[in-house]
Formats: sequence, C-alpha cells, structure tokens
Amino acid sequence: MSNVITTAIARVREPWSDRQATVLLGAVACFVLVLIGAMIIFIVHAAWPSLSANGLGIFTGGHDVDKQLGSMLVTGQHPPKSAYHLNAWPYVYATILIAGVAVLGGLVIAVFASVFIVEFAPERVRRVLVPTVRLLAAVPSVVFGLIGILVLVPFIDHDLLSTKRQESVTHLVQLDGTGVMVSIIVLAIMVTPLMIALTVEALRAIPHGWKEGAAALGANRWEAIWGVSVRAARPAIISAAVLAASRALGEAVMLSMISGSRGWSPNPLDGLTYLFEPLRPLAAAIVENVDGLNAPAVKSSIYVFATILLFSSLLLSIGSYLARLPLRRQGVRV
Amino acid sequence: MSSAPVVPRPVTPVPTTPQERRPVQPAGDSVRNWRLRHRIAHGAAWAAGIFVIAVTASIMGFMAWKGLHYLNPSLIWQRPTPGLAQGDTGGIRDPLIGTLLATFIGTLFAAPLGIATAVWVGEYGKPAKLARAIESAIEMVAGMPNIVLAIFGLAIFQLPFFSFLSFKAQGGGVYGRSFIAAGLIMSLIAIPLIYTATREGLAQLPAKLREGSWALGKTKICTIRTVLLPQIRPNIATGIVLGMGRIVGDTAIVVVLLGAALQIDPVGDTPGLNVLRGGGSTLTTYVYAASPAGEGNAPQKAYAAAFLLLLIVVFLNALVGWIGRRTKNSEITQ
Repeated sequence: MSNVITTAIARVREPWSDRQATVLLGAVACFVLVLIGAMIIFIVHAAWPSLSANGLGIFTGGHDVDKQLGSMLVTGQHPPKSAYHLNAWPYVYATILIAGVAVLGGLVIAVFASVFIVEFAPERVRRVLVPTVRLLAAVPSVVFGLIGILVLVPFIDHDLLSTKRQESVTHLVQLDGTGVMVSIIVLAIMVTPLMIALTVEALRAIPHGWKEGAAALGANRWEAIWGVSVRAARPAIISAAVLAASRALGEAVMLSMISGSRGWSPNPLDGLTYLFEPLRPLAAAIVENVDGLNAPAVKSSIYVFATILLFSSLLLSIGSYLARLPLRRQGVRV
Repeated sequence: MSSAPVVPRPVTPVPTTPQERRPVQPAGDSVRNWRLRHRIAHGAAWAAGIFVIAVTASIMGFMAWKGLHYLNPSLIWQRPTPGLAQGDTGGIRDPLIGTLLATFIGTLFAAPLGIATAVWVGEYGKPAKLARAIESAIEMVAGMPNIVLAIFGLAIFQLPFFSFLSFKAQGGGVYGRSFIAAGLIMSLIAIPLIYTATREGLAQLPAKLREGSWALGKTKICTIRTVLLPQIRPNIATGIVLGMGRIVGDTAIVVVLLGAALQIDPVGDTPGLNVLRGGGSTLTTYVYAASPAGEGNAPQKAYAAAFLLLLIVVFLNALVGWIGRRTKNSEITQ
C-alpha cells in the first residue's frame, strides 16, 4: 500500500510533459462546466413531478402555501398528482420584495460610500474604512440573523409596534416584530459591503485622464467624480447591484430567522402595518422544510423553489456580464 | 478591494499603475465655493462613509460585549447536549471542531481545483471558447446561492452510488448527509475565490519571467510549476484564506448537508473515516439552533458561539491583510 502511494507521489513529482499537463488541467477546468450542467439536470429532475403537475400555476397565489406544504407531509410515498398542488406566489413575492428593496437601498449607500472612499476620504479615515468594509463583508450571515432576532425584532415588537396595530390584523396574521422592515434593513446591511467593494474597484479602474479632463474644463471635484467617474463606471455599478441581488435572493438562514416565516403576501395598501407583516422568501422556505424531504411531494416542491432560485441566479450572472460589456469595450478592466 | 496606504518611495520617476498616481486637482477648488447641490451630495458621501463605519463598529462592539460576557473556557470545552433550560445545554466543543473540520475538508478540495482551473484558463486556455465558457461558469458558481448548492448536493449524495459517503437507512434510502458531503459542496463556494486570486496573480506577472524560463529550454508546465506558481504564492494564499472565510461563515450548506445533530455523530467503525461519514454541527448551525429561531433557545450561548465565529472571521481577515501587505513589498510585482 505505502509502496503504491510513494510511486504515485514520485510520478506526480517527476516532470510532466506539456501535453499531459494540458489534458489534465483542461479536464479539471471542465469540471465547473459539468457541475453547472449537473446542477440544472439534477435540480430540475427532482422538481419535475411538481413542475409537471402545476405548470406556471406555481407563480399564482390564492391559497395558503404553508398549509399546502404541511398537508404534503402526510401524502405518503406515492402521492397522487393532486397532492402536488402548490401556489407559491407569496414566497416568490417575498423574495423579490426583500431582495429588491434591500439592494436598491444598499446601492444608494454603496455609491456614496464608494465615492467617499475613492475621492473625499482623508487618508486616515480611508485607512479605517477600507478594512471596515472588508470586515463587514466577511461577517457570517447567521451573526446578522442573531442580532436581528435578539435585538431588532424585540425592539420593533415592544417600541414600534402598538398593540392596536397588532389587534387590527390579529384575525389574519400575527405581528411579532419580524417581517418586512427588519428583513430589508438587515439584508441591506449585509449586501452593501459587497457593492461598495465592487464599486470602489470600478471607480479606481477609470483612467485618471478622464477625470483630469473634466477638471481641466472647469469641473469641481464633485462634478468630476460624479459626472465622469461614476457615470463611466455605471455599467460596473449595475453589475455590482446585480451580483448583490443574486446574493440577496439566496440568503436563507438569516432571513428564516427574522422574516417571520409565514407564507403571507404583505399588502402595501395596509399602510404602515405593511412594514410589520411577516413573509417568507423562497430560500428560507427551503431551509425550513428540509426535514420534510422524505415525503416525495414536499421534496419536489422544495426542488421547485431551488429551480426558481437556480435560474434567477444564472440569469443574474448573465445580466451582470452583459452590463459590464460596454466598459470592457472601452478597455477598462472590471 | 485593493487599496492601500500609499507607501512613500524614494524614487518614483514614472507611475506604473493608475492607483499609484494621485489625480491632478484643480487649484483653489474648495468645497465652500461649490453649489449647494454639490455640497449636499458631498455631505451625503461623508455620511455614507461614516455610517458604514458606525454600523460595523456597533455590530462588532455589541458582539464583543455580549461574547466576552458569556464566553468562558468550560463552555468551549464541554460538549453540547439538548436541553430545555439554558443551563443544561452544555458547551460548544463539537460545533467548534465541526467548523474546523468542514473548513479543512472544503479547502482541501477547493485549492487544487481552483488553482488548476486558473492555471489552465490563464496559461493554456485553448480552445479560447472553452476557456471563456469556463470563466463564465466560475462566475455563475460564484453567484449561486449556497442553499441551491446545498440542495443540489443532497440530490447528488443521496444517489445509491454515494452511500459510502454517509450511510444507508433501513428502507434502502441513502441519508446523504455527512462531513465529507458538506465539505465537498463547501469547496464549491471557495473555488471561485481561489480561482480569481490565482488568475489575477498570473495575469500580473511580467512576460519576461515566462520568456526567460522558456529561453532556458523549460517547458510550459515546468515554467508554471517552478517559476510562476512560486511567484504568486501570496495571491494563492489570499484566495485560500478568503475561501476559508466563506466556508466558516456558511450556514445553509451545513443545515442541509450535516444533519440536525448537535454532537459529532460518527458512522461506522473505521476511526477517522467514521467522523467524516457522520454528521454534526458547526458554529454557524449552533448559533442558528441556539437562537430563538431554533429549538435550543439559549441566546447567551448563541452570543458566545457567534462571538467565537466572529473572532475566527476577524483572524482570517487580518491574515488576508497581512499577506496583502507582504505581497506589496515583494520585488516582482513592482
């Protein structure tokens, strides 16, 4: 046995020929392609029973989707086609709402913070701010979730949410501090550092000459950075937002902790109560139902959620690439 | 983000990269002379920068305050046990070991794959279309939500063929959850970071290095192994540490692919292998389980575990910064 291992190590250590190396490394590199293909095949395959039973009906609402998932648990090992019935619109809506608002809100902060870092921050502040952003980007999502559920949720529950407001909707849904507002705030804090990092990189990649040209024409520093650098880096900023959206869509555990985990579609017409209504995004629904995988109907539904997330993430990747194309054409490396 | 305190250098006749060159500022351009609109925007940039620092500082400060309050040696040493009262729930030894083990396995698989892919794309890359496809595929994997990767992993590892990675249940179904399964999928979230770091490093190397080596009669692969890779060791190290940070902070994959056990739960009799085939927990899932969102409801222990998690992340972050500073001083990149 040890003899075999020594020979193997010796063979790896001896010089490779270029041909061997190309083939070997190329084969390893192709692994990623195989992986993407396998992901699509396996996930769609597992989702197929539900997909074929529901079609586009998955994107409709009207039924309590939590109850549908719950009743799937008891449909046995060979469920009839009717058992797959699923109207997942509340989950999809929650995903789009939370991710969309969090990314748009975070984007505003990110652009201003990046301009600050690149242009206005004094050297000492910059020396603090840049590692700070890097650190915030590295904070595990579960820590954000913990702070959300132990600090923000009780605060909202006790101080912002009046008993009257809770009672006004108590026949429909329980309000306990989790929900739209806290999810959006925490998710925005989570995705902003990523956008700052990418935007700063893009602003730095803009050739200095462009800004100096603006300055030569009489623009002040703000006009130069906003009108030239930010304008020129716009594709990269959009691409950063798209990547952040992809991160936000897939955030599972943190949102499962603070979103309220209730398949409910908050209605903007409810006025301020809207901010306190619970909801449940797709990724959180996957994490919370993973124990029910033994029931084929639940399993198939979970893989339907995964299919939706998979394809949105692939589309966002392509979108981010397309958004950056104009910059690449001008020779800016982003 | 590459940013960096500008190192004063004795002689800098021609600035080489745009970053090293300070932009030319128009003389006498003072914020006080700007239009009100620009002054407000300038203020907003400052506010955004300060806001990011404030948020990070308050998160870190709060977690440190709570963590130092509740973290003690016996907590780290004891094994966790399920219990109703917070006093009965034991410590966090198993989750800590679980985090280290998962990180080790993930890095072990991710490093060779990421480096080999980057070397092939950067140094060989023919046919060009295949190389471009692989590059896009890596970007797609980078943007893929962890929960989708996790659920894909479950679909793979529950195939009968992979029963040796976990165990077969009595009904013949494969459990599909184990340290090795979780580690393999976790390597996927580290691969893009290692790939990008290696690729950037290779792209930065001056052509003269390769040409000199080729002129001495070395083959391409020999040049890569003996000249190029040793030169970009710091880049690779940065990528690996960043990947470790991602793995340490991940929750979704662990929740899905490591089972719900708190303690490390060996399967089979082979020492070493039995732990790899068994499930367990990591610090992230421990925080999730001990928070009010999970079953444990032991917030003090959740704070302690989250603080420990943050310490690991801060350490990894500092490591990245340290490696980065060392790279700046190496001769070859200047």
